[in-house]
Parts: sequence; C-alpha cells; structure tokens
Amino acid sequence: MVHLTRGALAVTAALLMSTSAFAQARELKYYADYDPIPLAAMEALIADFEAANPDVDVVLQNFDHEGYKTAIRNFLTADSPDLANWYAGNRMAPFVNAGQFMDVSDVWEANGLGDSLGSAKASMTIDGKQWGVPYTYYQWGIYFNRDAYTAAGVEVPTTWAGFVENCAKFQAAGIDCVTTGSSALWPIAGIFDYINLRTNGYEFHMDLTAGKVAWTDDRVKATFAEWAKIVPYTTQNHAAIDWQDAAALLVQGKAANYVMGNFAVGTFKEGGMTNDNLGFMVFPEITPGIPRAEEAPTDTIHITAGAKNVEDAKTFLAYVASAEAQTKWNTAVGQLPTNKNASVPADDPFLVAGFETLSTAYALAQFFDRDAPAEMAKAGMEGFQEFMVKPDRLDAILERLEKVRGQAYK
Amino acid sequence: MAAYWKANQRRLAPWLFLAPGLLMFAVYVVIPIFQSMAISFYDWDGLGVANYIGSANYAELFDDDAFYTSLWNNLLWLVLYMLAVPAGLLIAIFLNQTVWGMRAYKSLFFFPFVISQVVVGLMFAWFYAPNFGLLYQLIETLTGAKIAILADERFVTYGIIVAGLWPQIAYVMILYLTGLNNVAPDQVEAARLDGARGWRMLWYVILPQLRPATFIAVVVTVIGALRSFDLVSIMTNGGPYGSSRVLSFYMYEQALSEYGYRMGYGAAIAVVLFAIMMVFISGFIWKMWRDETER
Repeated sequence: MVHLTRGALAVTAALLMSTSAFAQARELKYYADYDPIPLAAMEALIADFEAANPDVDVVLQNFDHEGYKTAIRNFLTADSPDLANWYAGNRMAPFVNAGQFMDVSDVWEANGLGDSLGSAKASMTIDGKQWGVPYTYYQWGIYFNRDAYTAAGVEVPTTWAGFVENCAKFQAAGIDCVTTGSSALWPIAGIFDYINLRTNGYEFHMDLTAGKVAWTDDRVKATFAEWAKIVPYTTQNHAAIDWQDAAALLVQGKAANYVMGNFAVGTFKEGGMTNDNLGFMVFPEITPGIPRAEEAPTDTIHITAGAKNVEDAKTFLAYVASAEAQTKWNTAVGQLPTNKNASVPADDPFLVAGFETLSTAYALAQFFDRDAPAEMAKAGMEGFQEFMVKPDRLDAILERLEKVRGQAYK
Repeated sequence: MAAYWKANQRRLAPWLFLAPGLLMFAVYVVIPIFQSMAISFYDWDGLGVANYIGSANYAELFDDDAFYTSLWNNLLWLVLYMLAVPAGLLIAIFLNQTVWGMRAYKSLFFFPFVISQVVVGLMFAWFYAPNFGLLYQLIETLTGAKIAILADERFVTYGIIVAGLWPQIAYVMILYLTGLNNVAPDQVEAARLDGARGWRMLWYVILPQLRPATFIAVVVTVIGALRSFDLVSIMTNGGPYGSSRVLSFYMYEQALSEYGYRMGYGAAIAVVLFAIMMVFISGFIWKMWRDETER
C-alpha cells in the first residue's frame, strides 16, 4: 500500500529543509569610497571573508571619493549602512560626538587589537573607547627625481641645511627645488606638518593642532621662518594646479622634490618613473635632537549607530584587523598594514622604506586636516597657501589663524 | 454651498487654480526661508543638538574678513555682470539680419548657455591654466609675464566673471532677439524717412521698444550674478586662499562642505544674501506691479 500521507509529509519536509539550505544569507551593507585599485583589493578581501563565513553576504556600495565626504553626513542619519569607511583622529570626532558611530571597544578587547594595532590605537580612541578599526596607513616623505639631481649636479642631502643649499643649485639649473599643487589645499599642509614636526617636535605639533598653543607663538614663527627658506624655490603657480599636475612636473624632471604620501608612487610610475630614478627620503632633521615623528594618515572602517546587522559587522571588523587580510589588501594597494604582525612585499623599495620609517618612528601624526578640527584645518590650510604666495603677510595670517582658534575649539 | 459657489465663481476660480502652485511654493520655498532664518540664531553642526545663541552668528559675521571679501566679490560680480546686457544687445542686433544660414549662427551663439555651468567653468579653468592654457600662453607671448589668472588674487574674480559672462551674454542675446522680432517695422520706417540712422535710430526708436526685454535681461543678470556658485566652486574652490569667495559659496563652505559643520553660521550668511537680493527683487516687483496697475 502506498502511504500517500506519509510520503506527502516526507516530501514537504524535504522541500522545507532544502529551502532552508538555500536560506537567504545574512546581508551586511558596507558603504565605501574607494578609488579603482583599492576597490579591487577590498572586493578580494570581501570574497575571502565570504568564503570563511558562507552565511554572510557583504554588499559593498562604492561612492566617488570626494562625493563620499558629503554623502556620509546624509546616510549616517537617513538609511545608514552597517559599515562605513572614514578616517581616524579628530576627523571622526564629529560623528562620534553625535553618536553616529558605534563603540567597538569589545572587538578590540576580544581580538587583542590593542597589541597588534598598537601604533594606531591612540588615533582610534576618544573618551577611552575605540570607535572603529584602522586597516591601512601610508607614509609621507620626500619623493625625488634622481635624474633631476644628476642634471643639477647635486647629491641627495642628509641635513636640512644641505637641502636648502641644493635648492639654489636647482634653481640655477632651471629646475624647481620643491613642487606642490595647492589648489586643493591639503598637499601643502603636509609640508607645514613636517617642518613643524622637525622644528618643534611631535608634542608641540599635537598641542598646536589641538588648539592649546597660540598661532602667534614664537615657535610657530620659527616653523614659518624655516619654510620661508624654500618658498622661493617652489613651483611658481602652485595655487592653480592640482597635486597630479605637480606630479607631472616631477615625472618630467622639471621639479626635483615633492613632499607627498606614498599613494602618489602609483601616479609617478604611471608617468614613466621607475624604481631607478624615483627616490624616497625621510624629511631631514631641522632642530638637532628632536625625536623623529612621521605622518601616517590612517583609513578606518566603522560600524554605524543605525546598523541592523551588528553581529556580522563586528566579525567583519575583526577580519579586517587580522594580519592576513591586511597583508593581502595592502600588498595589492601598495600601502602599509596597521597590524604589526602583517608583512610587506620585499620587492617594493618604497613600502619597505615606509614600513621601516613608520615602525621606528617616535610617534605618528595623522595629517593636519585630521589632527585639527574641520574649521581650524580649513583656515590653517588657506593660511599656508596665502603664506606661500605672499610670505610677507605672515603676521596678518597668524593673527587671523589665532582668531579662528578662539572660535573653533569651543 | 452650491449657491455661494455660483454667486462667487468668478472671484474664487483664480484662487482655486493658483492653490496647488501656492501650496507647493509655500511648503518648498517660503517656509524653508523662515526655517533658515531661525537656524541662523542657533549654533548647530547639522548632526547633534542645536544651541540657541541669539545674534552671536551675526556679530561674528560682521567681524569676519572672509565675509567682507565675499561682499566685495559679490559687488564686482553685480557690476561687471551687467556688461552682459549691452553685449547681448549688440550681438542680437548683429544677428538680426536675413543672411543665409543665420539660424545656424544664432544656434551657435546660443550654445554657451545650453552647456552646463560646470563644463563652462572647467573649460575656462583649462584656458587659464599655467603652462598649457591658451590664455596663459597668449599673455606670456604678448607680455612675457607668467600670470596664472586663477592663482593670482588680483585677477581671479575677474577671470571667473569672464567665464560667467560667456553663457550670460548668450542668454541675454536670445531675450533681445525675441524683443527685436517684436519691434514695430512701421515705426522704424517712419524714423528712417525722418533721417534717423545708426546710433540715433537705436537709442530713440529701437531701445524704447525693447524695454520689456531689457527689464527681464536685467532681472536675470542680477539674480545670476548674486547666485554665482557653480563657477566659483569648479574653477577655484574659493580662490587662492579665499580671494574669489562669494556669499553663496561662503555659505556652502561653512555649512555643507567637507570642512564646514556650522549650519547656524552658514544660515546667517544666507540671510544676509537674501536681504541683498530682496532689495533688488522688491525693486523689480514694485516696477512690475506699477506697470500692471497702470494698464
């Protein structure tokens, strides 16, 4: 006898079980702002994460890099994703203070990130809690064109005095000693940061960006005095060009040195430079005896306060903080992992130099527009640009910055 | 109800027709104006809690160098943008001839207005760019001076205004072409018989008939000058260290941009800009009202 009812029950049960095997994977929404190369690397990371966690489906929505900076203020309140890209330090403070990022100190505790991500921990901490996970940083320094050095008959300098002397020789050869593109303002903040770090030290620089020191202080004037030594040898119309246009000048040998971040190496190489003629040097010491601090702007991932899938978001953050994920991502993009147990490809001299530079640095600054609050950063960078174009207006500029300092830190 | 409607239909119907438009206008334009004015009395970062601070934003504004730079630039824009009106008139008169292919020429002259302001800004930025820009090279050949217009605080606003004039002249030209089509030919004939020619013909016969077109051209040019955000944003992002800022751009910088988290301060700047515009708008509306009631 055919047991129809039992058979029917069995089939239904089998069907139900098979649909639960195809059950919807839990979705994790991630909003990011990657350029093409980092985007490919992150998609590979996500594929690895999904392979390790088959019941999670990470949906990555990528925004235009500049547009993201305005979009984030919208989507954190309306229709927030689970995960979002942002930056460390003072840059994340407005969102932390408005309660729009989630406290992830438990992820740091559970995975021992306080040890493996030790150098970046301070920049992720506000009020004693951690608010995101850093996954990459990159070094800043002086990139130079060896061919331009040979053309002017100049040696790579080891001191600041040597650097300034070389500038006069470059000018005689018709080459810009220093190039930069200040139309977007931030590239010249790198120059200021380094000269300040080397003239007055890391603690002073942190106090200045935190608003504890007056801009009219003599030590600030000393920094500008050092800067004034190289301003006459800087590319003339820097205020009208972007950093990429200035990079073209370095590639063509019309300029010798460029204070830039390591992300620019890709651009230099696309323009035709090779490991032979592109050089990297650490910014030389100015005031003898000051411990060497470096700039290392850090990119981070955060869990938003409105996240729906918090569990999986925390698993993802833990994965992103791991040494393997960081090694793979950073090798593909050419940046440095924040996890001290990760490794750096040995055949890229710039990464090797960068890893060496940052791991032996006394302390790491986050870059002027991340260490200083937004209003101060904007006014500061405009002041730097005005100083570079009109160095004789320094006093008026410093007074104006002092006025902004009175407002911006309330 | 039906009797009331039948008796007052004529009076009520226009209001009923206007009602949807008025409602939209009230909700999306008028009420937000008052909301902006309200925000200007608060200290708000757009994300957290708003703190009432009274007129502190305005006090800070009057002490702000960047505000005065923006005001001065707005004044320059207002005055120099008016050049579009006579320039548009001259081109319209030039194009008002029956030559074969004139419609094609008119389209070409109108083209600058059709393309996006962002594209106009980009093109002129390349035009002015150091080293490879055409104007830069021209100036270098003619005078030997290497001036990057968009990097020089003396010239940057003028450079942007020239970029803005290009589409604006095209717009005014079209207004005048329409106006010229409506010029009464018999008056022109009569004037010609009386010996009027060239400049006198233009000033005494043609221009008075173009008064409505001139009025609209002036309105549109004034509003365009005060609103000029796109070009400043694309070409210089506020100029070398803020020299080419205008009020609309300064407001955006303070409230909505990457480094701007001050909604209250931005709103205060917006209120000032609104006050300036109201001066002109009231003038225009008063003139239109007067024309209508005289009719």
